Amino acid sequence: MSQSAASPGLWSLAWRRLRRDRVAMVSLAAVCAYLVVVVAAALGLLAADWAREAGVNYAPPAFTGAASSSTEIQTRQPPVVAAPDDTGIIDPLATTLAELRKSLAAAPAVAARAQTLPLGGDKWGRDVLKKVIKGAETSLVVGVIAALLAVCIGTVLGAYAGYHGGRMDDFFNWVYSVFTSIPYLLLVLAIAAVLNQKGTLTVILILGLTGWTGIFRLVRAEYLKHRTREYVLAADAIGASHTRRMFAHIFPNVSHVVLVQLSLHVVLFIKSEVILSFLGFGVGVDTVSWGSMLSEAQSELILGKWWQLATATAAMAVLVTAFSLFTDALRDALDPRLK
Amino acid sequence: MTEPLLSVRDLRVDFRLDDGAVLHAVRGVSFDVHANQTVALVGESGSGKSVSALAIMGLLPVSNASAVAGGVINYRDRDLLGLTPREMTALRGAEISMVFQEPMSSLNPVFSIGFQLIEVLKKHLGLGGKRARARAIELLHEVGIPDPHIRIDAYPYQLSGGQQQRVMIAMAIACEPRLLIADEPTTALDITIQKQILTLLSDLQKRRRMAMLFITHDLGLVAQVADQVIVMRDGEIREQGGVQKIFAAPQDSYTKALLACRPPLARRPMRLPVVEDFLSGLSATADTAERPRGLLGNEEIVLQVSRLAKNFRFRDGLLRKSEFAAVKNASFSLAKGKTLGLVGESGSGKTTLALTLLRLTPASGGTVLFNGRDLLALTPDEAMPLKRHIQIVFQNPYASLNPRFTAGQSLMEPMQVHGIGADGRARVDMALELLRKTGLPESAFFKYPHEFSGGQRQRIAIARCLTMKPDVLICDEAVSALDLSVQAQLLNLLQDLQDEFGMSYLFISHDLAVVKYMSDEVMVMKDGEIVEMAGADEIYANPRHPYTQQLLAAAPGADAVMKGQTV
Repeated sequence: MSQSAASPGLWSLAWRRLRRDRVAMVSLAAVCAYLVVVVAAALGLLAADWAREAGVNYAPPAFTGAASSSTEIQTRQPPVVAAPDDTGIIDPLATTLAELRKSLAAAPAVAARAQTLPLGGDKWGRDVLKKVIKGAETSLVVGVIAALLAVCIGTVLGAYAGYHGGRMDDFFNWVYSVFTSIPYLLLVLAIAAVLNQKGTLTVILILGLTGWTGIFRLVRAEYLKHRTREYVLAADAIGASHTRRMFAHIFPNVSHVVLVQLSLHVVLFIKSEVILSFLGFGVGVDTVSWGSMLSEAQSELILGKWWQLATATAAMAVLVTAFSLFTDALRDALDPRLK
Repeated sequence: MTEPLLSVRDLRVDFRLDDGAVLHAVRGVSFDVHANQTVALVGESGSGKSVSALAIMGLLPVSNASAVAGGVINYRDRDLLGLTPREMTALRGAEISMVFQEPMSSLNPVFSIGFQLIEVLKKHLGLGGKRARARAIELLHEVGIPDPHIRIDAYPYQLSGGQQQRVMIAMAIACEPRLLIADEPTTALDITIQKQILTLLSDLQKRRRMAMLFITHDLGLVAQVADQVIVMRDGEIREQGGVQKIFAAPQDSYTKALLACRPPLARRPMRLPVVEDFLSGLSATADTAERPRGLLGNEEIVLQVSRLAKNFRFRDGLLRKSEFAAVKNASFSLAKGKTLGLVGESGSGKTTLALTLLRLTPASGGTVLFNGRDLLALTPDEAMPLKRHIQIVFQNPYASLNPRFTAGQSLMEPMQVHGIGADGRARVDMALELLRKTGLPESAFFKYPHEFSGGQRQRIAIARCLTMKPDVLICDEAVSALDLSVQAQLLNLLQDLQDEFGMSYLFISHDLAVVKYMSDEVMVMKDGEIVEMAGADEIYANPRHPYTQQLLAAAPGADAVMKGQTV
């Protein structure tokens, strides 16, 4: 028996179990490392200039060495245009153009393009390493916020359906059945058509609004099980309201299910974002995500430029694996049977 | 005396816990079981009685339990602890078999009982087809299943709990074992059924000349079946001897305590002795004052229930609906500061009655008058402020507290909901005061339910009700899930609280002795109807309804407990 005033609750017991699990701690460290990178990227400390064309087009990774010039597209020099012979007509832009040409010639940027980049460059010579870091920000933000949205919708609907039962349960189940009977891509298209714009927010809404169904089922089942438990009856007997019973009493007891679903859906939505981008419903052209990188990679691969594909895949695979392993360990640690 | 059939010497079983610590569940237990003899292993939860039985069967969970080297379990000159799993499997079922506590979860629900019984016969005896079926019918007949040739094709859900346990017994004796281990075989059953199963087991034991190891927490049952009794506590044997000797002249203080802390049917002491009294040597000075019970007739009535009914509707076919009357026409009144006992077997509608009174489940008819207002006619909003006046303590202390709330949070919540206490500070003080009053340390305030034992949790549940200063407290089997010694403590606590606060109790239990001890008036319920209602002493002395008579006759070990009282 512990003597400390603040005795270990079920959450801290679960944390203790989690800490004993070596796989969980390694995967947690990996996930945390990603989070640190993403936060740094969001604050502009890392990869803020990802869109700068730092290398030559399709600059190969540094470890493979510079590519032979035959495959390289010559860096464009401003073409010297002979003054057209159009007597009598004065070009109103002539002076401006001349100034522009002068300043362009003075700028060394074009000349300073690197032959190789740490992990290679894309079609425009943008650094793949920086893209993958900036892309992690988009992908994780999309994954986490969309998962939160889906979990919120699923939990609230599931709680009402499972707790009240009867007609309300029938109604929500009916909504669920109709919703799940629509083919997924059709649903995505419909939502995309309604929102009618491309961007991170759209992707989040598409994923969040379509992904709640599984969570709804699970949470509903948990509430069905818990609403007749004696502690809920006891709460009713002391006069606690329905909302209080649903969210103050039952929710903490099913929150482990919700938490595990949240992390499973983060993984799922990071992968879904890739698919959506591939299909053209992804983030806008001014944003980079792992999905848009992979979607660019399909045309690059034909030319034998494999590095963008490899980098984005590796970054995603490591995160998804670490997150999944962590989720598994989390589920074990939170298993209420061990109470 | 001849060589014992089973001889256990210095058995020790260790469990490795989650955090790496080791729990010594059984610490050096030695006993013998002779052929054609019943040995009862008695102890409360955590005494190591079931673990000892599992060790004999070779069924200890391999992942975290082990028998410590040095112990010996000798069965017909073979050390069971030294056998390979394959040899053990051959022995189990054929020579040693076991009957478990829960017949409902021991039978496979998707196969007929005949199929499951024939499977055992095929596997162990090599009987096939018609012969196996004929033998199965014989066995069902032997354990007292009516119409065995028809019932053999029944599925478990078509049988009652008692019949399921009979089938389990038939499976256990199918291969004519020499040793039958019965682990709390009647605990999940009603008392009238319990009596039948006990009779069946002791008949079978005598007829088949088996040895039986009977494991139970209830010393009262032992007198009916056992020849030898072993009393265990905390993994050690406190006392063993012949059944007469244990009941007539117990030597160990713990045995004496177990015998004494069960409420006696014959008398009603002011307070029940508890184990601590005996262990500290106070046993001789048990008080002899009797608590007066019964109604005088001029008491103030706090709760007047008339013609209360509850029907459950279920769909029967596509359009047809059927009704099942769980409570029919229940009328009674509860006097201030008095206890009304409610006795009945499972399915008699006791709990439904309680839940309907509290509006936890909607009533189908009748009135419940409290302070002149009909509770059942109020809207939910009108009823809310009245809820604090009628409270309930549930049976299962492991389920009735929210596992994610500390004891403090559980106690504070009703005060917040009903606006009791001036501010947070005053509420905390009140909660601490109630913890102290229910016999818990103040440090309990910050602890979660999983850190408490069953008895302590029930104290928290009682304290939670007391925060609202209720006029009526319904105790729905509030002490039934607890060990005898803890039960005595809680009954004393409930009585003290009634004396102090003048609450009225509706005390629901299947245990006649407990109800008799606690109640001024007793009503008996059967199939949703109140069949008899009378003063507590009256109903036990002169039961009028045949069902009441039947219940009293089946009360376990009534005579044995009397014997214990003569010490």
